[in-house]
Order: sequence, then structure tokens, then C-alpha cells
Amino acid sequence: MEDKQYMEYVHANAQKSNHIVTLVWAFLVGGIICCIGQGFGDLFKFALPDWEKSKIAALVSMTMIFLGSFLTGLGVYDKLGAKAGGGSIVPITGFANSVVSPAMEFNKEGIVLGMMAKMFVVAGPIIVAGTVSSVVSGLIYWIIGLFN
Amino acid sequence: MEMFLGYVKAFAIGGLVCMIAQILINKTKMTSARILVMFLLLGVFLELVGVFKYIENFAGAGITIPITGFGSTIVKGAKEGAKIGLFEAVTYGFRNMAGGLTAAIFFGFFFALIFRSHSKKA
Repeated sequence: MEDKQYMEYVHANAQKSNHIVTLVWAFLVGGIICCIGQGFGDLFKFALPDWEKSKIAALVSMTMIFLGSFLTGLGVYDKLGAKAGGGSIVPITGFANSVVSPAMEFNKEGIVLGMMAKMFVVAGPIIVAGTVSSVVSGLIYWIIGLFN
Repeated sequence: MEMFLGYVKAFAIGGLVCMIAQILINKTKMTSARILVMFLLLGVFLELVGVFKYIENFAGAGITIPITGFGSTIVKGAKEGAKIGLFEAVTYGFRNMAGGLTAAIFFGFFFALIFRSHSKKA
């Protein structure tokens, strides 16, 4: 009976420490990816001084998406994701991963119905959510503008 | 020194955002699609209520590299367009998504063609 209680205690603690380990991984990997993004931001600001801020931001996103796609292609990003969880999902590189990973996997089912269609399994909801919020917020600002 | 501090802040806030996502994953078993949509909408909301720019001034890439930044640029575009007219108000948000979407779709297509799937279900 003591043994059983002990096993339960160990199991509960192991789960708790697993939980904390995943949080540390997510924090570290997420933080590092953001720092890389910050680095590209500083680099582009220095290299392209006449570009406006929003264009620099878009270029940084595109660079990070390129890196995320490339590392997914090499199979590195999914390995990282197994450890980092949220740390690799939430940054924009994770969005790239969510496009490239199913595209590669379903490539064998054909280019059109496999790769091109399944590319949007995860990205689709993001594009829909983004487009709807774009229209809604645009209408809000336009209506507010009518009264000013 | 100030630049270095910028990286520390980006690391801390970016890490924190990802850690919140990980807590949600651990507690609710949410899939990555749900997590991404949720954080995108969080970015949209923070930009709409006007809080995002304060976080961005503090954390820099720590809040713009997570998908919250994508949400925020959408609303920024919509705001910009609404100053011009109704057509621009409903389309300029998507215009701001164009860069990221183009990159993701093009590289997705390109890399799926040249790389073989590393079947992870093995």
C-alpha cells in the first residue's frame, strides 16, 4: 500500500515537473526566435534606412517565414517543435511551419489536391480569422471616421 | 547598451507569450491551429483597443514576431485605409497580410517540391 501511494506521489510529481520543463523550453525557444527577429529588424533598419517602418516589419516577417519554411524542409523545425511546443508554434516561423509541414506531407497525394490544398489545413483558419478581422476593424475605423 | 537591453526585453516578452501558449497547450490540449488563431485575434484586439503600440515600444520583436504581430499589422492597415475611403478600409488590412502570406505560400510550395517529407509518424 505504501508502495502504491509512493508511486502515485512520484507520478504526480513527474507530471508537474514535465509541465514545468515544457514551459522553460517554450520560454527559451520563443525568446530566442524573437531575438533573431529583432536582429533582422536592426539589420534591415541599418541596411535600408529609407524604408518606412511598416515595410521593414513586413520584410522581417518574410525573412522569418523563409527561415521557418527552410528549417521545416530540412526537418529541423519539427524536431525543435517536439521539444519547444508553444515556443515554436506562436512565432511567425511556426505559421510558416504550419504551411510547409502539411504541404510536404501531402505532396505524395498529388500536387493540386495534395500539396496545394492541404497546405491550408492550419493556415486556412488563420487567413479566415485575419481577413474577417481586417474587414470588421476597417468598417469600425471607417464608421468612427464618419463622425469625426 | 540600449540596443542590448532591447534584445533582453524582446527575449523576455517573446518568451512569456510563448510560455502562455504552452500553458494553454498543457492545460487544454489545444491544437496549434487553435493556438495560432487565438493569438492572432489577441493581436487584433490589442491593436484595436490601442494597447499594442505600448507593448511594441517596450518589447519590440518580442510581440511582433509572435503571430500577435501579424494581427496587429492587419488592423494597422485597416486603420490606414479607413482614412481614404470605404473600399480601402475593407481591403488595406489584407494588403498588410500580403507580404507574410505570399512568403508562406510561395516558400511552402517551393520547399514541398524540393524536400521529401520526413515522415514523423514512423
